[in-house]
Amino acid sequence: MRFVDEFREPELLRGQLEEIRRIGFRASFMEVCGTHTMAISRAGLRPLLAGRVELVSGPGCPVCVTSEADIGRAIALAGLEGVTLATFGDMMRVPGPQGTLSEAASRGAAVKVVYSPLEALRLAREDPGRRVVFLGVGFETTAPAVAASLLTARRDGVGNFFVLSLHKLVPPALRALLEMEDFAIDGFLLPGHVSAVLGARAYSFLADEYGVPGVVAGFEAADILRALCMLMEMKRGGKASVAVEYTRAVREEGNPRARAVMEEVFEPADAEWRGLGIIPASGLQLREEFRPHDAGAWEVESPAPAGDRGCRCGDVLCGRIRPPDCPLFARACTPESPVGPCMVSTEGTCASYYLYDFREGEGHVG
Amino acid sequence: MQELLERVVFPLLGQGSLAEAEDAAALVLPGKADGGRLACTTDSFVVKPIFFPGGDIGKLAVCGTVNDLAMRGARPLYLTMGLILEEGLPFETLERVLSSAARWAREAGVAVVAGDTKVVEKGAADLIYVNTSGIGVIPAGREVSIRGARPGDVLLVNGFLGDHEAAVLSRREGFGFEVEVESDCAPLNGLVEAMQEAGEIHAMRDATRGGLAAVLKEMAASSGVSVELVEESIPLREGVRAFCEMLGLDPLLLANEGKLVAAVPEGDAEAVLEAMRSHPLGADAAAIGRVVEGRAGEVAMFTPLGSHRLLRMPSGEHFPRIC
Amino acid sequence: MCLAVPAEVVELMEDGLALVEIGGVRKQISLMLVDDAEIGDFVLVHAGFAIEKVDAEEARRTLEILEEYAHLDETGPGLYA
Repeated sequence: MRFVDEFREPELLRGQLEEIRRIGFRASFMEVCGTHTMAISRAGLRPLLAGRVELVSGPGCPVCVTSEADIGRAIALAGLEGVTLATFGDMMRVPGPQGTLSEAASRGAAVKVVYSPLEALRLAREDPGRRVVFLGVGFETTAPAVAASLLTARRDGVGNFFVLSLHKLVPPALRALLEMEDFAIDGFLLPGHVSAVLGARAYSFLADEYGVPGVVAGFEAADILRALCMLMEMKRGGKASVAVEYTRAVREEGNPRARAVMEEVFEPADAEWRGLGIIPASGLQLREEFRPHDAGAWEVESPAPAGDRGCRCGDVLCGRIRPPDCPLFARACTPESPVGPCMVSTEGTCASYYLYDFREGEGHVG
Repeated sequence: MQELLERVVFPLLGQGSLAEAEDAAALVLPGKADGGRLACTTDSFVVKPIFFPGGDIGKLAVCGTVNDLAMRGARPLYLTMGLILEEGLPFETLERVLSSAARWAREAGVAVVAGDTKVVEKGAADLIYVNTSGIGVIPAGREVSIRGARPGDVLLVNGFLGDHEAAVLSRREGFGFEVEVESDCAPLNGLVEAMQEAGEIHAMRDATRGGLAAVLKEMAASSGVSVELVEESIPLREGVRAFCEMLGLDPLLLANEGKLVAAVPEGDAEAVLEAMRSHPLGADAAAIGRVVEGRAGEVAMFTPLGSHRLLRMPSGEHFPRIC
Repeated sequence: MCLAVPAEVVELMEDGLALVEIGGVRKQISLMLVDDAEIGDFVLVHAGFAIEKVDAEEARRTLEILEEYAHLDETGPGLYA
């Protein structure tokens, strides 16, 4: 695989690990993106970095940050007569107040797992008698794809295609983290694919307003280690800035065309993040003219969220605790029967710790 | 699924060999205690779609059951076949499935000796379900089991992993990928015979549902040992790797229908591996790691950097993801 | 957060669609979110859409930087031995 395998060569990784050791002080960085969390775990980087760099996982998994009330709403939509709910596979096993989408499907709800919102649009075209609702989760990477599908639906007059927009925006969440009193990390490993759309420019406030450095990183192990080296050099130099390691995909200005499509369809709105609460203008809602396609406007009843079950996903997402510090981790909460969303999504911090890094009875391997 | 077995099925039905959770039961015939044993197994098939590149539900039902027998070191002899058909299933579809089943039974050298057919109302089944039971003979002196792996054993696989599930999943509605990969569905009894002639096999299982990860976790847990894998030695096709990258899947969790994992004593490993590579179904066979002393059930994967991660038992259906 | 893989555009189709290939896997995707992708270009594919083109020149530059550091380490693995 071109542009993938070259960046996994062990020799290149060794060079960067050696460099991290040479720079030689301790630092803690937050990787915002769940796909980074997964890549770090799969390459076994955490133990190799132990004693040098602590990696804290932030709120960058769309499953993990979706509020329980929103999940309940999605499941309620799937239960409506004549409705097909199309979703990315990620959301199938997330527990809402009334169970999971997967369970709803086995009770007869029409739930379809799709790879692309375009597949959901195809389902709507093929069955004009049903209302097809696409469950729109994800960040600035995914929102343009959903927006483009909606524009196509409107152009072609596919009136039975709807979107429930639960999309979230990354920069406002970073700002919310930095405003928290007990938030102390040395820098951000910034999400490569969100940044392909937004551009590195969108994060300049990190350095300008908060004096915290950030590096936009690609997703192969060499990219991640290189970005960590860059962060450590910035820390050593005492100068915060925002730089790009993932230059093969991320421009300063990002992808203006993708942003234009996203902005044509969506406008910012307040959104509830699990663990972080309501963050102003951190979500996306459909603009007025797309309301006919907005499943968010439908009246549905869903049970109230169950409330406190002792799950500390919120603290995990803010980097306050590591997964093994949660009293439920690997006991009441496992991938087989997850309590919190960080255990549901394979890119969730807890699942990723559980799957790859954690040894029962020993805490963290590193 | 595992929970279902442990909470309901085993407590109610699980006496003796059932609760041992082997692929096939090894049974002593009354009055024949000094000779070989009878191997017996049953399996139901509900694959969707029923025709896929490299196979169909008929071929799968025959091979799956033949393989369950072969994994105990048995020589498969007889199959039974039960069909549950959805009302309205086209005649030609059934014909296609059954002629494929017949062809692969001949190929594997087994006879279909009993059968049953039921038709259920539309919607009560999805086109066609097949149940096959199999009977074979375990020659005297052979003891192959999921529980037999010992520290020092070398782990061998007979080729590329993940082909079957990648072939099936890529065709499923809602995805629309073109992957140049066919299911590896095949009867493994011939290969297993060749391996047994070349050396001893301590433990063996085919890597079906849950893939390589599930087999190794089971083997390590039930043998009371740990397993160390060498990541770069695990045979994966480029297309399967790419497909997994796109959908966020782990190729080690993908189901296979013609791949086995064997724990072989170190002294025999080279000869058995050679025998596998000389067989058409083992041309890409590889040694992927070894059995070590340690915590029962622990499977560690060593990366080229010398770091390692632990594999977990796969849980439930794995959904493709984009995030 | 967002899985995206670099795939090569192998065929341009009607309505802004294209066939892309990665490691022998082919998939029809939409080019609606990128400017002027041509056959032979690599694009990052996410959820059935190309979200950006891959800059081969920049990829080469990043690899060069990585290779420079790789040469520092001729004594073999030490950190993780």
